[in-house]
Amino acid sequence: MSSTRREFLQVAGAGVALATFLRGGSAFAADSDTVTIAYNVNLPAWDPTTGPSAVNPTIQAIYRSVFDQYIGQEPNLEFVPNILTDWGWNDDKTRVWMTVRDGVKWQDGSDLTPEDVVWSLKRAGDPDGGNPIQFVWSTIGDFTIDGNRVEAKVKSYEPTLFKWMAFLTGYVLPKAYYEKVGAQGFEKKPIGSGPYMVEEFQSNGFLRLKRNPHYWGDKPAFETVIFKFVTDATSRVAEVESGSSDITLQIPYEEYDRLTSGGKFSGSCEPVSDIGMIFINDVKPLLDKNVRLAATYAVDKQAIIDRLLRGYGVAIDTLEAPEYLAYDPSIKVPHDPEKAKELLAKSGFSPDNPVKVTIQTTRGYMPRDYEMIQAIAGMWSKVGIEANIEVYEIAKHYELRAADKLAPFAFYNWGNAIADPATSTGFAMFGPSPHSVWDTDDLDQKIAPLWNEKDEKKRIAGWKDVDRYIAEQGYVLPLLQYAQPIVYRKGLKVTPNKSEALEAKLIDRTVD
Amino acid sequence: MLMRPLVALKTAITAAFTLFGVAVVTFFLLRIVPGNPIAMMIAPGASEADIARLKADYGLDRSIPVQFWIWLKNAVRGDFGTSISTHRNVLGLIAERLPATIELTLLALVIALALGIGAAVLSMLSRRRWPGSVVDNVNGLLLAVPDFVWALAFVLLFGVAFPILPISGRVDPRLSYDFATGFTLLESILRLRFDIAANVLSHMLMPALALALPLAAVILRVLKAALETETGQDYAVLARIRGMSRLRIVVQEALRNAMIPTLALTGVQFTFMFGGTVIVERIFGYPGIGNLAIDAIVNRDLPLIQGLILTFGLIFIVINLLVEASFALLNPRLRHG
Repeated sequence: MSSTRREFLQVAGAGVALATFLRGGSAFAADSDTVTIAYNVNLPAWDPTTGPSAVNPTIQAIYRSVFDQYIGQEPNLEFVPNILTDWGWNDDKTRVWMTVRDGVKWQDGSDLTPEDVVWSLKRAGDPDGGNPIQFVWSTIGDFTIDGNRVEAKVKSYEPTLFKWMAFLTGYVLPKAYYEKVGAQGFEKKPIGSGPYMVEEFQSNGFLRLKRNPHYWGDKPAFETVIFKFVTDATSRVAEVESGSSDITLQIPYEEYDRLTSGGKFSGSCEPVSDIGMIFINDVKPLLDKNVRLAATYAVDKQAIIDRLLRGYGVAIDTLEAPEYLAYDPSIKVPHDPEKAKELLAKSGFSPDNPVKVTIQTTRGYMPRDYEMIQAIAGMWSKVGIEANIEVYEIAKHYELRAADKLAPFAFYNWGNAIADPATSTGFAMFGPSPHSVWDTDDLDQKIAPLWNEKDEKKRIAGWKDVDRYIAEQGYVLPLLQYAQPIVYRKGLKVTPNKSEALEAKLIDRTVD
Repeated sequence: MLMRPLVALKTAITAAFTLFGVAVVTFFLLRIVPGNPIAMMIAPGASEADIARLKADYGLDRSIPVQFWIWLKNAVRGDFGTSISTHRNVLGLIAERLPATIELTLLALVIALALGIGAAVLSMLSRRRWPGSVVDNVNGLLLAVPDFVWALAFVLLFGVAFPILPISGRVDPRLSYDFATGFTLLESILRLRFDIAANVLSHMLMPALALALPLAAVILRVLKAALETETGQDYAVLARIRGMSRLRIVVQEALRNAMIPTLALTGVQFTFMFGGTVIVERIFGYPGIGNLAIDAIVNRDLPLIQGLILTFGLIFIVINLLVEASFALLNPRLRHG
C-alpha cells in the first residue's frame, strides 16, 4: 500500500507542478489596475482616416481610445465638446467656425494646435488622400486661423458636417509627427491626444494601452487596458468564463443569458444604432406595390425578436431607430397576414398560387441572420409568397449592391451612430447613392431637396415625410434594432454605448 | 557529385515555374471571383467619380493582364504591393507573421511524430492485447475528428472546465520583451528568457495539439502498417530466431525502414497542416499567417491574399524538398545514387 501511495503522490505532485507551470505561464486577468477585453474584431491599421478600417464602426472603439474626435459623442449619442469646444455655421450657412480647445497635448507632450485641426481637415478633404468620407470633408475649404478660432468657407452645404466630426474618419491627427514619420511610421508608432497611448500592439494578437498622462479630459479608471483580438465567439465566451479576460461583447444571446444569470458576471444588452432590414429591389415581381406591401405586412417582427433573439431587439417600421432624430412613432407597418393575403389576391396570388421571389442573406454575419430569413420565408409562404433563400458572403452583398444587382429581397444591417436621417434613410434609399437598392424617380424627387435643406426643422420634418411615404409604398422592409450583448466580471461597470463603441473610458469599477 | 548542382538548379527552376503558375492562377482567380475590395470601401455618399478614384488608387482601374504585368514587375523586385486593409507592405507583413506559424506547426509536428511513432510502436508490441486495441480505437477517433473540432473541444476543456491553459493569443499581453526576430519561442530559449518561453509554450499547446492529433493518427496508421510489413521480412525473422527481443527488433531494426513511407506521407500531411492553421489560429486568436489569411479574405485584400497564397505555395515546395532530402538520409540506396 505504501508503494501505491508513493506512486500516487508522485503522479499528483507532477500534475500540480505541470499545472502550476502552465498556469504561471499563461495570461489571467486579475490586476486591479488592468482591464482585459476579449474583442470581436482585429485592428488592421492605425490611421483612422484612410482605408477600410476607417469606415468599420466596430473599430472606432479602439480609435477613440487613442485619438480624439473633433466633436465628442456621449453614450446616448448626444454631441458634446471635445477638441472643438464650440462650432457652428454663420447665419446664411456660407461659413463654418470652430473653437479649438486650449491646453490639449499630443501623447509625445507637444501641443495640439489649431494648425493640427486644419491640417487634419484638409487632409481628410483631399481627393487623393484616401479618406472614404472625403465627400463630406471636401465641402469646406479656404481655412483661416485666428487664435483658437478656425473658420472655413462652405463650398457646398452639408447639414451633417459637424455630426461626421464625431463619427467615421472625424479624427484630429498630429501634423508635425505625421509629417516627420510618414504613413508607415505612423502605423508602427501611432500617437494621438486620446485618453490612452499605445504601449504594445501585435496585429491579430493584442493591443496594450497605457493611460495618457497628458490627457486633457477625465482620468480613465484603469492604468492599462488590453484588447485581445478574439474573433471567434466561442473563444470569447471561454475567455471571460476562464477569467482570462474581464469583458467581452458580441456573443450569442443564449450565452449572454447563461453567463449573466450565473451570478459571476454582470452584463448589458441595450439597443444600439444598428438595424436589421431587408432591401427591396425595383425589379419584377416587386414592381407590383401589392406584392411589396404584402411582404411587409406578413412579417411578425416581434415574434422574430422573441423567438430567435431571446427578446433582445426592438421592432422598427422605418429605417429610423427610436433614438434617431427623425424617428416618428406614428409610422406603423403592423403584422397583418390577412391584409397581406388581400393585397396578393388583388394581384392574382395566393398560398396555392404563390408569387415566387429570391431573398439573399448572409449566414452568421449578424446574429441569427439566416434563421431570421428562414422564419420570414415561412411567414411569407402562409400568405402566398414563395421565397428561395440564397446565402452569400457579405463581400458579395457589397459588390452586388454597388452594381445594383441584388435579388428582389436582400437582408442587410445598417449602422447610423450619428442618428441623422440623411445617413440612414438618405443613403439607403436615394437612387444615386451607391448603397441604395430601390431606385425610382418618385422617391428621389422627395429626397433630393433634403440634402441641402438649411432649415433644420424643415429638414427633419421632410425626412419623416419620406419615411412615411416609403412605408406606404413598401420600398424597404425594416425589421429590428439590434441589441449589443456585453458581459463583464463582477466589480466592473461598463456604460453601454448606443453607437456600439466599447470605449476604454466607458469602463469603470463598481463602488462597493 | 557533379550531378548535384545540376539537380539543385533543376529543382530551383521547377520551383520557380510552380510559383509563377500559382501566381498567375491566383491573380486572375481573385479578380474573377465575387466580392471586390472597392465595393466594401465605398462610402455612403460617394459619387461615381469617388468610386473611380478609389479604383485608381488601388490600381484596379486597369485591365487584369495589365494589373498582373505591373504586379509581376514589382514582385520580381521584391515588392509584393501594399495591403489594402493594413496599409503595410505585404512582404513585411507576412515576414512578421510567418515565424509564429512556423513555430506553431513545428511544435505540432513534433507532437504528432512523438504521439504517432510512440503509439505505433506500442500498438505493434501489444498486438492482440488490450493496449493495442485501445490504440487502434483511439486512432479511429483521431482520424475521424478534424483539427478545428479538437480546437473547440480544447477551448472548452482546458480553457473553461479545467482552466490551465490560456485560450487565445501567442503570449500574455502584459509581458514586455524586445526580441530581434519573430521566432519568439526559439529566441526566448536562446536568450535564456524561460519565463517568456514558458508563456509562449503554454499559449501554443492547445492549437499545436489540435493540429497534431489528426496528423498523429495518420502517422500511427501508416507506420504501424509499415512496421507489420517490416517485422515479417527475412531480416526480422532471423533476428527473432537469434533471440533478439521484440522491442529491439521493432525499434532498432524495423523502425528505420518503416519510417521511409511514413515520412513521405508525413511531409504531404505537414503541408496540409499549414492549411489547417487558417481555422485553428482563428479559433485561438493566434497571430500567424493563417489568422492573417482570414482577415485578408474577409476584407478582400487582394495584394495580401496573393502574397499569402504564394507563401503557402513556397512552404509546400520547401517542405517537399526537405522530405526528398530526408529520404536520401534514411535510405542508403538513394544516398549512394
